[in-house]
Amino acid sequence: MSDKGKQIGDVAATFEADTGSAGIVKTRHVTVARPPDVLTLECGRTLGPVSVAYETYGTLSEAADNAILVCHALSGDAHVAGFHAEKDQRAGWWDMLVGPGKALDTEKYFVICANVLGGCGGTTGPASVDPVSGEKYATSFPIVTIADMVNVQALLLDRLGIPRLLAAIGGSMGGMQVLQFAVAYPERLHLAIPIACAAYQPTQAVAFNEVGRQAIMADPDWNLGEYYGKGRRRPDKGLAVARMLGHITYLSDPAMREKFGDRPQEARDYTFTFSADFEVERYLRHQGVSFTGRFDANSYLYITKAIDYFDLARGRVSLAEALRGTRSRFLVMAFSSDWLHPPYQLKEIVTALRASHRHVTYYEVATHYGHDAFLLEREKMEGVIAAFLNSGIKSFGPLGSQER
Amino acid sequence: MARYDYQLIERLVPDGASVLDLGCGDGELLEELVRERHVRGSGVDIDKAAIEACIARGLSVFHGDLDEGLANYEDGSVDVVILAFSLQQLRRPRIVVREMARVGQLAIVSFPNFAHWQVRGQLFFSGRMPVSKELPYQWYDTPNIHLCTVKDFRELCRQEGLRIEHEHYLKSFDRPAPDLRQPNLTARIAIFAVTRLPAVTE
Repeated sequence: MSDKGKQIGDVAATFEADTGSAGIVKTRHVTVARPPDVLTLECGRTLGPVSVAYETYGTLSEAADNAILVCHALSGDAHVAGFHAEKDQRAGWWDMLVGPGKALDTEKYFVICANVLGGCGGTTGPASVDPVSGEKYATSFPIVTIADMVNVQALLLDRLGIPRLLAAIGGSMGGMQVLQFAVAYPERLHLAIPIACAAYQPTQAVAFNEVGRQAIMADPDWNLGEYYGKGRRRPDKGLAVARMLGHITYLSDPAMREKFGDRPQEARDYTFTFSADFEVERYLRHQGVSFTGRFDANSYLYITKAIDYFDLARGRVSLAEALRGTRSRFLVMAFSSDWLHPPYQLKEIVTALRASHRHVTYYEVATHYGHDAFLLEREKMEGVIAAFLNSGIKSFGPLGSQER
Repeated sequence: MARYDYQLIERLVPDGASVLDLGCGDGELLEELVRERHVRGSGVDIDKAAIEACIARGLSVFHGDLDEGLANYEDGSVDVVILAFSLQQLRRPRIVVREMARVGQLAIVSFPNFAHWQVRGQLFFSGRMPVSKELPYQWYDTPNIHLCTVKDFRELCRQEGLRIEHEHYLKSFDRPAPDLRQPNLTARIAIFAVTRLPAVTE
């Protein structure tokens, strides 16, 4: 996921008129996996207790049948909509879709978003204190996976008294969590909406993530992950470069042309130095630097590794077999200009679901915005998502009544 | 149901069948089949508004080209594949019909018959491209790029090794028709249900 930047802000301004804001929200914390009931991770190690940072919007119905889990992407957090304070300039990262009267209508649905395991938005991660040593985990934090993240979300739902979700929705890494949730907890998910993602992390995307990690680890301030102590400098240079690279993959050639012009050389005089002559350079540098203010470099390493390990079909004969046990109805959404997760990767999911006779709808948004489109294309997404959620209310029967 | 061609198609679909509707539009036929025939249905359409309408009806639908919607299905993996009044709009109709019969145990195709006597008459007497209720477009803005006749379609089936299981003919969408003699001359709408003949072995 990318920085919302000014584009999101612009979009937000245009629809504030007809739909409301989720208002002032607060991030809350709950502790799960307390010893001795610790979490067994996919890597074999155990972890606990785990603190989970989450936000909720709207009201859970008496029957607890209107809950929607929103799963965030690489750089996201629990703050999906609304504002943290009156003076807050910036709304939550998916404010365009979540709020009163919006696609995820908080007057109808109870929306939950939790920071992922390994993250730095309040949920236990490498910057948290290891209760055994009393020191911050840093790189002694176990390698976590998408499956581990989803298991923690299921524990959160237990604590919130939600046996079964009406829907789970997310883009990019959030979409991977949605797929994983549908496979790991088939009885607990009625509607699955994976967006701009894949059933496995493709090679090109692994390659980009690896360059990002190398940029962080090449920064001398990274210091093998031990940079949390007093007076230590954080590997901001490396993290900023990782973020700059990530940003390029979230855009597209047409999006860059639209944003920065066809010929950057036309725009201004050359300085004949290595300073940022071009707007795209200044933009990326700004994105990189501002990212270091809100993200932890070790979390970037852990989360990108979790994404790279993701493969729904791992240890199974085929993706279709992996999806055969699901009981959800799927809405799979792709973006035409997304080159991080091009439409063919989402069609692979659809093909596998169809081969397994699952109820699946595929929708492809025509857009220039690339991967970032899932954070920008409100108008092209909301109608389809709202209609799908609405149809799901009708088909949301009691437990055990789902799709065959 | 208002459309009589849909009623005829519905009669050809067994109860509880799996159905793939190519060019499903707003999902009217598919929803009817789910309700009346309890089918496990899914549709394919290229139009965004059609996708939204299908989702609102709770239908499973694929947003894309028809050819793409058929790829990746195994031979005979769907009970009935339907192409209702879209044949004439396809870029590669022959391949789609072939694919329908490969994927479906039964393939149902309906289309406007271009050899109806009034169509022939319009072309013959006015010397201009025919326009009718079934073919309501001018030549320059019509989506109908591959028009055919009843005879043409029968010939296609012969060439493709398809057996015609049923054929129905109508004079209009909203009226039942008595048995039409010489349908290539008297029918405006044709509905064919075909199956693939088993490959000839030595």
